[in-house]
Amino acid sequence: MNLTLKVWRQNGPSDEGRMVTYKVEDVSPDMSFLEMLDVLNERLILAGDDPIAFDHDCREGICGMCGMVINGVAHGEQRATTTCQLHMRHFADGAEITIEPWRAAPFPVVKDLVVDRSAFDRIIQAGGFISVPAGSAPDAHSVPVKKDDADAAFDAATCIGCGACVAACPNGSASLFTAAKITHLGLLPQGQPERDSRAKAMVEQMDLEGFGGCTNTGECTAVCPKGIPLDTIARMNADYLKASK
Amino acid sequence: MSDQTHGYKVGEPIRDTKAPEGPIEDRWDKRRFSAKLVNPANKRKINVIVVGTGLAGGSAAATLGELGYKVKSFCYQDTPRRAHSIAAQGGINAAKNYRGDGDSVYRLFYDTVKGGDFRARESNVYRLAQVSVNIIDQAVAQGVPFAREYGGLLDTRSFGGAQVSRTFYARGQTGQQLLLGAYSALERQIAAGTVEMHTRHEMLDLVISDGRARGVIVRDMVTGEIETHLADAVVLATGGYGNVFFLSTNAKGCNTTAIWRAHQRGAMFANPCYTQIHPTCIPVSGDYQSKLTLMSESLRNDGRVWVPVAKGDTRKAADIPEEERDYYLERIYPAFGNLVPRDIASRAAKNVCDEGRGVGPGGLGVYLDFADAIARLGRDAVEKKYGNLFEMYERITGENPYEQPMRIYPAVHYTMGGLWVDYDLQSTIPGLFVVGEANFSDHGANRLGASALMQGLADGYFVLPTTVGDYLAGATKFGDVDPEAVEQARDAVQQKIDKLLSVNGTRTADSYHRELGKLMWDYCGMERTEESLRKALERIPELREEFWNNVKVPGDPEGLNQALERAGRVADFFDLAELMCIDALHRTESCGGHFRAESQDADGEALRDDENFAYVAAWEWGEDGPTLHKEVLDYEYVKMTQRSYK
Amino acid sequence: MAVTGAILVLFLLGHMAGNLKAFFGADAFNHYAEWLRTMGSPAVPYRVLLTVTEIVLVVAVVLHMWSAVSLARRAAQARPVKYAAKRKSQANGYATHTMRYGGVIILLFVIWHLLDMTFGAVNPKGFDAEPFDRLVAGFDPSRWWVTLFYVVAMIMVGLHLRHGLWSAFQTLGLAGGRSYGKLKATAALVSLVLVIGFLSVPVGVMIGVIK
Repeated sequence: MNLTLKVWRQNGPSDEGRMVTYKVEDVSPDMSFLEMLDVLNERLILAGDDPIAFDHDCREGICGMCGMVINGVAHGEQRATTTCQLHMRHFADGAEITIEPWRAAPFPVVKDLVVDRSAFDRIIQAGGFISVPAGSAPDAHSVPVKKDDADAAFDAATCIGCGACVAACPNGSASLFTAAKITHLGLLPQGQPERDSRAKAMVEQMDLEGFGGCTNTGECTAVCPKGIPLDTIARMNADYLKASK
Repeated sequence: MSDQTHGYKVGEPIRDTKAPEGPIEDRWDKRRFSAKLVNPANKRKINVIVVGTGLAGGSAAATLGELGYKVKSFCYQDTPRRAHSIAAQGGINAAKNYRGDGDSVYRLFYDTVKGGDFRARESNVYRLAQVSVNIIDQAVAQGVPFAREYGGLLDTRSFGGAQVSRTFYARGQTGQQLLLGAYSALERQIAAGTVEMHTRHEMLDLVISDGRARGVIVRDMVTGEIETHLADAVVLATGGYGNVFFLSTNAKGCNTTAIWRAHQRGAMFANPCYTQIHPTCIPVSGDYQSKLTLMSESLRNDGRVWVPVAKGDTRKAADIPEEERDYYLERIYPAFGNLVPRDIASRAAKNVCDEGRGVGPGGLGVYLDFADAIARLGRDAVEKKYGNLFEMYERITGENPYEQPMRIYPAVHYTMGGLWVDYDLQSTIPGLFVVGEANFSDHGANRLGASALMQGLADGYFVLPTTVGDYLAGATKFGDVDPEAVEQARDAVQQKIDKLLSVNGTRTADSYHRELGKLMWDYCGMERTEESLRKALERIPELREEFWNNVKVPGDPEGLNQALERAGRVADFFDLAELMCIDALHRTESCGGHFRAESQDADGEALRDDENFAYVAAWEWGEDGPTLHKEVLDYEYVKMTQRSYK
Repeated sequence: MAVTGAILVLFLLGHMAGNLKAFFGADAFNHYAEWLRTMGSPAVPYRVLLTVTEIVLVVAVVLHMWSAVSLARRAAQARPVKYAAKRKSQANGYATHTMRYGGVIILLFVIWHLLDMTFGAVNPKGFDAEPFDRLVAGFDPSRWWVTLFYVVAMIMVGLHLRHGLWSAFQTLGLAGGRSYGKLKATAALVSLVLVIGFLSVPVGVMIGVIK
């Protein structure tokens, strides 16, 4: 396969940035999207050019480090797939592919396709935990948990913190990310004592970071590699409203 | 004494591992009581550095913060939540005996020592089994959503050939859920101000002053700035070094740099040759391949492994009639069939591929066929059990495993070796503690399934916080850090970066890494021989020489420079690779994850040599080659036996 | 947004029910229009409750628009640099993407509608006519373009509510867990009933059922 890539290049946070076009030849359909970029980068290095910076780590769709907007869709059009798990067989020979970083004011560009997602950590710091110091836990069987609740909590807890929800949201909202954690902990008996304060603090931190408001467009859940359901946002709002009374 | 033919010297044996005496079940209690305590008012003045934020590092930093120490935590990722512990699928062992199926601390201890092929310390393993029960309690209290039964209690399963059901799990994402638990505890401490987090920072050297580990030199990967961070103790939790093979199930960023630099500063490196190869990974599809993806071992419960009987048979799987298929695991190991342990399944796959009977690109793959399972159980039942794995396989290969057999091949998965630590998890450098996969301690020559998560969390939540306190009780007398030691470490780091950027050769760091990895896989992989290891030991220095004279690293030392990061890691992999081969060459027995072709029984099974090799090989670094220190292993409780799966 | 929207939805439900009086003839309809003004009588003076309702509605509309504008502004601030590639929607739901321009169309319609039916300014019969006459005259087949505008606006209202109503359930935290699917269906059903209810009157006039 031969491809034309239009890639966002930006030298640093203060650089203006621009789209740069690259031709990539002899791409195997079995390559992953990132392997295709690896091949391009090897060539750029040998030509004395600066390789394209992008975040990645596990390359098996679980660490949440990779992420780019491919042809206008976060992580590309393949459903429930991170960029590292997207394979070139889903593109046509001769295709033109536009590659951009996550775009959101709270995710400033570090370089090229690399963005700073530390806002997510600060949202978790605001309350995305259960306060239980090591050594103080009761026996694991002392509190039974309904299987349905445990399963729903697990579904919400699978969030990988990649930020695709923010990138895809027309409002640049981080509601799905925040709601996933609030839902996960709020569904478990262990999470009840801090449930209200958690929701309030996390939502307030999310707003403070400069994310947009949620208008329930559902774009987030559609691109979410783990398919975090939209009803988590309703649960978050319920907890938040209760806490704000 | 020295051994010129093997390129190493032999030094004093290690006699004291600091494990308390007495009955094994009392030793950890004894140690906890004998460990000195630190006055709470003093804790606030004591600084601890933790490098790495996986299960071990994340839980250690969080717990030390909870205890009141001033902690600085470092990771190379953009957030601590991404450490590669997150990718562990299967589960976590614990001797809870919730099933009442005869499990106990003693049985978990026994299974782990035996599984480690009698190359792990009894005292450490017993403690691991004891602490395992606390881990589950801690994780549940943190909100880790383990699988549950309808009664609301925790579900468990039997894993990796264990005869009891002691593995707790959260669907296929147990590592993720446990890591996020540790991460949330860590973030809580960051918010509380006890932990200062430094993301996108890579440790490049260790500061030693007055014989103690007193800090680290790190590079801010965003600005390129070289920073010095000083402390009263340093904890390394930087994971394994499987990426020395280039292709492995590790994350792309996993590297040996932190532990290797510590090794060069005096920490001994133990059992570097013990490598676990996982039999069920998705095979390599081309020379652009950047990593390998593991498929849960549970697939072997229903899949049948086979290759064509004839060499070079390129027909489609469906066109090969039953009588021309070789279900080799069922043929060679009729008792265990497709469920033989990881290393046996891996080696058997390699053997049939070496015979030219492999399938798929390059002939490096064997079939894992679900046709019988689908016929017997129905497609729906198979989908219920393995649906997500089948989906993952199809996503990567583009092939539908319901219609054609999966192709699998072994891949490097875990490294049992690591920095040598005593019972307190302290390395041979005072004040340098090593936890998780980065140390060598608990798995011997082979790690059991679902035990890595257990060890990482045992170290971080429960063991280290106690033992590090004993060391830090004397911190008030450590004195100031020698500025010259800092300067010297900073200079070494700077020089290396400058050197890498100035070579300006014709090959990329990745291309050297790929070549080194291939060499290690071929000569120091699943099967090792004296000849192959000698070949590797000849070739590695040549390749390293070429690397330092011909690598091309673009860009500047300032700012984000991913090519520079990679080049630095590759440089250290060369040195580590050499030590791995020396260790593998010196250990002429086969044990666990180390198979020497010269040491096998009549049936081709690994043959241990307990008389000569029942020791931990701890290597001391030296300019002119390493020095071996032996720590002899005594087995008071578990009788040494040779395993058999026929 | 959700609260003001909810007020407006309640109004629409009442408004639609009132409209359907048109099928019971001129007297029923005119009587209903008169009742609106004498509600609460004699305890409450003439037109007081109606005026209060009108004020609440105007405030609701203004706040609703203000919320929409501030949400849009927040969104713009949250993404100062736009994507170069055209963003392709991955979510199902056409209605979601009509909220902003649909809202503007609805606003324009409401202005026209008030001029037509309430103030009679653009109605052939003018302000002094009976409400029922204004209604019949307004949707006279010769004024097909008015009816067309009405139909387009009602479809916009339907789409606006289909997303808006469900979105309100979400925002008020009602749609978590099992109620999610039910409330989504409720939103669709309410929107459909309103659209059919509102469209039945002009259609009735067009085909001569109401005359």
